[in-house]
Amino acid sequence: MKGLPVLSFLLWVCALYFVGIYLFMSGFLLVRLEVNRTSTCGDVLQPGEDPADFCRVPPRFRRVVLLIIDALKIDFARFDPRNTAPKPYENKLPVLEETVSSRPSHSRLYPFRADPPTTTMQRIKGFTTGSLPTFVDVGNNFASSAILEDNLIHQFGQVGKRVVFMGDDTWESLFPKKFHRSLPFPSFNVKDLHTVDNGILQHLYTTMMGDDWDVLVAHFLGVDHCGHRFGPDHPAMADKLTQMDGVIRSVIDRLQNDTLLVVMGDHGMTDTGDHGGESQKETDASLFLYSPSSLFSGPPAQSEPDVVPQTDLVPTLALLLGVPIPYSSVGQVLLPLFPPHGQIEGAVGGLSQLEALWINAKQVNRFLETYSSMAKDIPPESVSKLKDEFSRLSSEYLTSVREGRSPSPELAASVQTYLTSVRDTCRATWAQFNPLKMAAGLAILAFACLICFVLSELSLMLLREDGPRLKAPLVTPLVGGVCVASFQLLTRGYIEVAWCLVVAAFTSELFFLWKAHRSRVSDTAKNGSKAPKCASWLSPRCLLAPPLLVALLRCASLLSDSYVIAEGRVVTFLVFSLALYIPVHLNWDGLLLPPSHDPLKCAGLLPSSALSPSTVRKESSTLLGCLGLLIGSLYLSLSFHGCREEQGSCQPSPFLSPLSRLQDTQLKNLHYILSVVSLGLWTHLLRCCLRHYGNLNSSGGTVFTARWILPLLSVCLGLHWAVSATPEDSFRNLAKVISLAQLALPRAAFCLLGLGLFLIWLDPLTVFLKTRAGPLARGSSLPPPRYRASTSISPQAELHHLIPQIYQRIRHSLDDGELTRGSEVEGRPAVEAYGLGTVYSAPLLLFCGLLGIGLLLLHPEGMALSFLLLLLEMAALLHIHASSTTLSGLHGTFSGGYNVPWTPVVLWSLATTQFFHATGHLPTFPSIQWGAAFVGFPDGHTGTMLPASLVTLNTFAAHILFAVGCPLLLFWPLVCEVRGSRGERAFGEEGEDAVMEMRLRENPNQFTSALLQLSARYLFIHGAQVFASACAAAILRRHLMVWKVFAPKLMFEASGFLVTSVFLLIGVTLVLRVEIALGHWFKRLIPDASR
Amino acid sequence: MWDQEIRAMASTHAIIAASVFMATVLPAVLVPGFSVYGTHLLWLYLVSGAVTATSVAVFWLLGITPPTKKHTLGYKLSRLFRSCLYFFLSCLFFHTVVVLYGAPLIESALETFSLAVLLSSLTTLRCLCVLGPNVQAWIRVFSRHGAMSVWDTCLQITVACTVVGAWVGAFPIPLDWDRPWQVWPVSCSLGAMFGFLTGLVAAPAWIHYHRKQLTYKCK
Repeated sequence: MKGLPVLSFLLWVCALYFVGIYLFMSGFLLVRLEVNRTSTCGDVLQPGEDPADFCRVPPRFRRVVLLIIDALKIDFARFDPRNTAPKPYENKLPVLEETVSSRPSHSRLYPFRADPPTTTMQRIKGFTTGSLPTFVDVGNNFASSAILEDNLIHQFGQVGKRVVFMGDDTWESLFPKKFHRSLPFPSFNVKDLHTVDNGILQHLYTTMMGDDWDVLVAHFLGVDHCGHRFGPDHPAMADKLTQMDGVIRSVIDRLQNDTLLVVMGDHGMTDTGDHGGESQKETDASLFLYSPSSLFSGPPAQSEPDVVPQTDLVPTLALLLGVPIPYSSVGQVLLPLFPPHGQIEGAVGGLSQLEALWINAKQVNRFLETYSSMAKDIPPESVSKLKDEFSRLSSEYLTSVREGRSPSPELAASVQTYLTSVRDTCRATWAQFNPLKMAAGLAILAFACLICFVLSELSLMLLREDGPRLKAPLVTPLVGGVCVASFQLLTRGYIEVAWCLVVAAFTSELFFLWKAHRSRVSDTAKNGSKAPKCASWLSPRCLLAPPLLVALLRCASLLSDSYVIAEGRVVTFLVFSLALYIPVHLNWDGLLLPPSHDPLKCAGLLPSSALSPSTVRKESSTLLGCLGLLIGSLYLSLSFHGCREEQGSCQPSPFLSPLSRLQDTQLKNLHYILSVVSLGLWTHLLRCCLRHYGNLNSSGGTVFTARWILPLLSVCLGLHWAVSATPEDSFRNLAKVISLAQLALPRAAFCLLGLGLFLIWLDPLTVFLKTRAGPLARGSSLPPPRYRASTSISPQAELHHLIPQIYQRIRHSLDDGELTRGSEVEGRPAVEAYGLGTVYSAPLLLFCGLLGIGLLLLHPEGMALSFLLLLLEMAALLHIHASSTTLSGLHGTFSGGYNVPWTPVVLWSLATTQFFHATGHLPTFPSIQWGAAFVGFPDGHTGTMLPASLVTLNTFAAHILFAVGCPLLLFWPLVCEVRGSRGERAFGEEGEDAVMEMRLRENPNQFTSALLQLSARYLFIHGAQVFASACAAAILRRHLMVWKVFAPKLMFEASGFLVTSVFLLIGVTLVLRVEIALGHWFKRLIPDASR
Repeated sequence: MWDQEIRAMASTHAIIAASVFMATVLPAVLVPGFSVYGTHLLWLYLVSGAVTATSVAVFWLLGITPPTKKHTLGYKLSRLFRSCLYFFLSCLFFHTVVVLYGAPLIESALETFSLAVLLSSLTTLRCLCVLGPNVQAWIRVFSRHGAMSVWDTCLQITVACTVVGAWVGAFPIPLDWDRPWQVWPVSCSLGAMFGFLTGLVAAPAWIHYHRKQLTYKCK
């Protein structure tokens, strides 16, 4: 058997997929490293003066009131007196315009431009840190959303300002324990317009009148919720804005001279009231500044900015209030708020424009230096250009300060230009997609899918003419990649790995496709009879067959956020539909029911069935029974789903919470018993299956695992559940024992699991062999074996047919229910081998079962039921596949090969996603079950590898189990053959039938090609899903839901594919390992037998 | 050869479609406050009733129903009783399937059952009319070589169209468009109805265009 080509083909395809995924991700996912340094009072100093503490200088304002009105669009804030018929959202905030026109040196209204993503949490991060939050802020700990970067709130706390917060409770999760006093109100219910606002209003004025605050943050949500619920063009919006108008008036009345008022929106909204994207309607909020004391040097001048970027608020507020600018801020101070050089007399303790700019530029430069030393994502040439610019400016400024002359106004302008270019560089790196890389990634993924399809259709041909076929697609990319690398090195001086990978992958893919096409053409020319079969595989009729249609629907469903949100149910629906299609299709072909021998019916047109009516009836009842089982487990699995936050009226499954959290003792006991019973059933069913096919007789490693390690592992698990469910205070004297058990039991289980898997790998054969010299009394009562081989004289032929002979023994032993039974053929020494018929599937099944228990360990206890359903569904799928194969008579002849049709493969891979949801997982980051990292490590970890892999194992448990079990689809029809052929037919035919999986050994070429085809098909379906979700993310990258739905879905789908491919390779390798072991076994056996 | 039968089929289908149309339009004119979305269950039962009544009448008049062996009143009564029983059982069957497909189990059981009634009156009733209360024949009809007359082929097409229509009708339910027709079971029953109407049109057309290829064996 050619195991190596299969593995290398699969590895190559997986590598192509990985390259595609990597490229797409690097173009799509905007990653920024968080700099964990903080500014302190000492580090930003003015030049030339004595190193006094920056924070000691009395600031311009002592206090600030920050009124954040969520989604306060600039259109809402403007007032147009000529507008006689204002829309509900127009002219409702007259206070802003009145103040600006009546007190021009005290107030200003600016458009306030947010950076995408315009969602509230990212915006709060943006205008407190002064940075540009991206989707993945590396360094952020995923478990909590607290801001770890340096930010305004932190700096206020550092200098001892008392921050009082009220409003949207997002702040509370972003800044835990940072507030002097905090009054959070729930923000999630979008339909509730008033709770948050009324809650704030109850406390706002009393707090303002009091004196225990320096910074007052009030975040109103009513306007945003009103937009989400009714849209801006609705009377409710008018009411809400009028209410806000009153709030601003009252706050202005209560302000004192040393206080600054900032009224701002965090983002805008579209005409339908949504936000999140980067259209101007969503990004343009309003910013209103006011102070009872003079704030500006005069009425608005020409030089004032048209639009204030949101990041600019951070350095401005920091310098006005006398705190250091947060470390990672890339904002620029709002110059109009600072007096020009030489006019400081008006504002006490303030900084002049140039001083403020200087401090700002120094801080930005420091951040840029730190960041570019940590990460390489900012292009090095622009970094060096910016650094040069800064050193030039700084020397110019320093000389002018040292000489005491007033710097030229051009200096201020060039510092501003410098700051702007820094921000633009950062934005280009962190907030802009790379469409070229995304397109390249998508193209590579698409071609990889196509290659999988071609592989699955042409597997036999590809393996037959093996040799140069894969070598060439492996050599060409190397050449291509090296070419590109050297080209880059020559022209630009450095290598960008991504583009080398692109060229390599492309050349490899195109080369392969071209070769495949050419060989197909030549094949068709050579072999005319195969032409229709080869030509048909890309026709629309073939592509729109129901199984592929279902796969297509599944991929299409990834393009809609509603379907992604309801993914669990969508997939269940599709699985259910495809499962029902099997019997309907069989009935349509007239294969489900035995052909009636009605004389009225004209039998000529019916396909002559090779199976007897009783067999057909039996197979169809098996099929329908298994279908019932499948549907039952599908339906029950729906009750284990978790809930996304977008699904409003949804209750997460009660089985998802760990036992220790249940209060009711009786309920707890019930859950525990249920879980243990399902665990026991899981073990028992596995062992039953193995015993049924006679795989538990020998004394090898696998059998040892099945006999001892499997039960021991489940006992361990049951005990672990019991220990972890005990309430902490119930057994005080046993506390030490319990904590020890909590540590030891899961670790013991891990060890057992590892040992079991290792033993299976070491000695995968489950064949029990006996050689006897003489006939047994009971053996003679058997019907004499009918093999042509038994009469042949040539020892070569004898050996050739040894396998059926061996198999015959097993069948007798199965028939009689007795496991050891001797027999004898014509006086020769007989060989008995038990479990040879399931020699491939038994270790695989055991591997799956062990792995399943191991993965269950990482889940909450209640998931045991779900895992049992998974096992049942797997069994049902396998049996349905086997029965339908038997019924459609595919395996009856060798010409058909052992090809696994699309339907079971699609079902198998859809079941993966279905059980991903049915084990309580969701494609969102908050739903990751972090508890899995602490199983067996209750005190936490030191590294990150171990917890990360534990969480991965937990999250992709379904992917792992189904991927490892995938080759079972190939074996099961052969395993179940024993039942089908036990009828009249089996003995009547030629002697070569009914040898279960030994058939595969007789046709190694067919075996390998079927294995390659199955794996390629499985990879195709998963790869197509990755491709579809990548397409969704690329097409809908401006969509409102992209960071909430599509991007997490893509990441889960991509990591799921990674896990799937790795474990599929493990499964295939295990099969090949069995194959090798079997080869050795036969080599040992044959001299024995022919002696 | 079958021109006459095809013409009969087309006119039958026209009558059934007309009855569906009348059952939708007449109450909209006569009953105040009637709408397909608003008073969906009423519409659903009206349409089911109309389809039931017209198909039974038309098929009885045409004499398509397989001839009974005995002509005693008791036998006819038992046949009628069995037909009713089968109809009810098929309602239960469809209800179960729809629930397994993901319909709420308890909450809107009435709506689900109404959908099952509609599906039964669009599919099972036709089977009853064409084949009589004979489940084996039903199963036989839905195979490639199972059709024994033009009417059997027509039955295959309409039933398949109806079921596929109801299946496709479930697609818009999860979408967040907040439309009145997304409410359970409006989209499914509308889908089934549209599928049925499509089947009514498609069946005679398909048979007409494939009349050369169609060969029916011994009836």
